[in-house]
Amino acid sequence: MAMAALRREGRRFATPLISPNPTNALRSSLIPSQEPVSSGVRCISTQVVRNRMKSVKNIQKITKAMKMVAASKLRAIQTKTENSRGLWQPFTALLGDTPSVDVKKNVIVTISSDKGLCGGINSTSVKISRAIHKLNSGPEKENKYVVLGEKAKAQLLRDSKKDIELIMTELQKNPLNYTQVSVIADDILKNVEFDALRIVYNKFQSVVAFLPTMSTVLSPEVVEREAEAGGKLGELDSYEVEGAETKAEVLQNLAEFQFSCVMFNAVLENACSEQGARMSAMDSSSRNAGDMLDRLTLTYNRTRQASITTELIEIISGASALEG
Amino acid sequence: MLRHGSRFLSRATTMRWRRPFSTNLAADAPVDSNFLESWRKAIPNVEPPKTPSAFMATRPETPSSIPSKLTVNFVLPYSSELSGKEVDMVIIPATTGQMGVLPGHVATIAELKPGVLSVHEGNDVSKYFVSGGFAFVHANSFADIIAIEAVPLDRVDPNLVQKGLTEFTQKLSTASTDVEKAEAQIGVDVHSALNAALTG
Repeated sequence: MAMAALRREGRRFATPLISPNPTNALRSSLIPSQEPVSSGVRCISTQVVRNRMKSVKNIQKITKAMKMVAASKLRAIQTKTENSRGLWQPFTALLGDTPSVDVKKNVIVTISSDKGLCGGINSTSVKISRAIHKLNSGPEKENKYVVLGEKAKAQLLRDSKKDIELIMTELQKNPLNYTQVSVIADDILKNVEFDALRIVYNKFQSVVAFLPTMSTVLSPEVVEREAEAGGKLGELDSYEVEGAETKAEVLQNLAEFQFSCVMFNAVLENACSEQGARMSAMDSSSRNAGDMLDRLTLTYNRTRQASITTELIEIISGASALEG
Repeated sequence: MLRHGSRFLSRATTMRWRRPFSTNLAADAPVDSNFLESWRKAIPNVEPPKTPSAFMATRPETPSSIPSKLTVNFVLPYSSELSGKEVDMVIIPATTGQMGVLPGHVATIAELKPGVLSVHEGNDVSKYFVSGGFAFVHANSFADIIAIEAVPLDRVDPNLVQKGLTEFTQKLSTASTDVEKAEAQIGVDVHSALNAALTG
């Protein structure tokens, strides 16, 4: 709702700029050094500037409110995110970090936000996803996207519509929890065939710093193959497996569990980055609105003063003409 | 003036122990150099993304002699119950039976079933009821336990457990579809495990 209001304000605010014959007052606001009064003008209307000041003030109110909202949401989600950071570490300790693994079917899971006005985090994850697509493309290779969130969807639909396998939106309607994320992970595992899942998200570092990150989750077959081939996963063979009947079964369970855990942390990190980015974006736009308001006020006062001066001169010179 | 000094010191150490997982480490952790190279070659104008190993501490190599303590990480989706805590023994409810893990245990991957996880530290024993998950025991006397849900055993209400048990047993007998049956079976399993943990 706030965003719709903002857009409306924006339109109102843009109209004087687009109008065919901008008034003096407006031009002077853009180039303050220019004298606002041109010769021959007797009375300058301050109406336009006044309207614009009002709309800038309204925009500032909205952005300030949005910043407050983002700040309070950030605080809640930041603790959650920090608490969830332990969840994926055992998996990385066991299965290693394998971004360079060479497999046939890559699935890129791009995590983004549903709402805009949050800086560049969504375009960053889209850019990284595209780059991963390019990096892993080759003959006999398949790259697919799974898109989470409205914003990455809009950007990826434009040029790689044929590669998108699955789109999910409205993740954050309810506060994020593990059950919800594991349902999403389950959906992805059921509907998409993969050898390696690459999860792209923005890791939250501080309110102004977000690190684009890629986590890799391998399918059980690939894990087994890599473990036999040695290398990074070579140690996995030395582990005794307890639980289900076969090792493959345990690995299957393990891979699915790993995916849900990594997804949970990734979704939280991205949500946290989103709130942080929105907060700083809204902060800078309220500051901008404040600056603009100052400039407009200056112009407005100057124009008013100029018209008063002109009127005075007219009266005085008229009087002196009568006298003389 | 220095009266509070000890408090600050102790706070500093507890803080270090409480959340060593969440600290962002410097980028000196090993990053896959093959990945970085191929990335720079294919996409020169975009910085390569970070990978998870950049954000976690490296685990030590397997020591030649068996250490005296076991380092345990016990994590849940919403918190890290234990992180890097050094204990004497943990007993893990694996699907194949209770599994005691001491330092120097053989490297193992175990699936968990609903049951009691007990952490022995000197004479202190803390017991948790876990709902299921995975446990990894590494050769370097590190144990990672990941569970979906865990509660200290003293916070479980026996009356509610009994009530839930009868409820799910009833459901199991009346269940018609496979899904309902499986759900009821899970409920019965969890509640009987809880019951056994409380009475036993």
